[in-house]
Amino acid sequence: MTLAEVSHNLEGMINLALPALLVLTAAAAIFIRNLMAATALLGIFSLLMALIYLLLAAPDVAITEAAVGAGVSTVFLLGAISICGMRDGGPSSNLLVPLVVIIVSTAALFYASFDMPVFGDGTAPANAHLGAYFIHVAPMETGIPNAVTSILASYRGYDTLGETCVVFTAAVACMLLLGKDENVEEHQPPDTEETSATEERRS
Amino acid sequence: MKQHSVLRIITKIFTPFILMFALYVQLHGEYSPGGGFQAGIILAAAVILYSMLFGLTHTQRRLSPAMLRLLCAGGVLLYAGVGVAAMLLGGNFLDYDVLAEDPVEGQKLGILLIELGVGLTVCSAMILIFYSFAGVAFRGEQE
Repeated sequence: MTLAEVSHNLEGMINLALPALLVLTAAAAIFIRNLMAATALLGIFSLLMALIYLLLAAPDVAITEAAVGAGVSTVFLLGAISICGMRDGGPSSNLLVPLVVIIVSTAALFYASFDMPVFGDGTAPANAHLGAYFIHVAPMETGIPNAVTSILASYRGYDTLGETCVVFTAAVACMLLLGKDENVEEHQPPDTEETSATEERRS
Repeated sequence: MKQHSVLRIITKIFTPFILMFALYVQLHGEYSPGGGFQAGIILAAAVILYSMLFGLTHTQRRLSPAMLRLLCAGGVLLYAGVGVAAMLLGGNFLDYDVLAEDPVEGQKLGILLIELGVGLTVCSAMILIFYSFAGVAFRGEQE
């Protein structure tokens, strides 16, 4: 075997192994009852997903998945666990409705996947028209070599503004739901009269 | 977490590098993968890591929630403000061509500014969400 063949086989194996591991981690995260372990599994899931994005030549998405999925959202899930407790309550008694919903939506997704163009198909509508236009014209029009940045920030500037507003809204919602003044210094019960007063009221 | 000396020392050594990497991703997004969103997340991750090891009170003394709330709104305002500035200069909303004499320079300036806005909002929003989660857990421990 030549070196090229070996690397081709290796790539094929990785392309098979990563999605298989992805499915395994997802299933394990669903079935495991310990929420801390499930959170760790979701972190691994995101890391595998980031590797798959990297193999699909989408480093911008990969870096986002690694930072958001494996990093920050793991911390948020851990924060939620520290509030809600470690153990899952177990499956609900009525499993029929969720099962039907899952089977129908999975069948719909499989059905829709037959209409998708083959991966890397140059004649697919997305690659043939706008994609080719952006790749050729975007670096000249914006002076920015990374076409992803120029599309996100300039051609699709409205969408990115909307995304930023979504992140802002998420922060506002979290602050409203979990207590507006989250400054812990105000909540420390030092030797003030206020705390003794509340203790008196409790007793 | 005062007892984990290995974690504390590693965090102390790594935090500046993570912050530096976040700045690199922010300012180098024009040439390499990344941009404001990713940079904001990485910056927030550094602050969250620091806060997990050295305590919420300690972190909030340096990065107060009030300041982060201002930055969070300021980022969105900066983004939308660039759009309005383009309108005032005679272009469409978010049309960066008119921001400078040369359209290409205008695009560069506009993209730099809006990426900064995205980075500010994402970073402070993530830290604020962490503060509110950790604040609830902190109060829970004290009761």
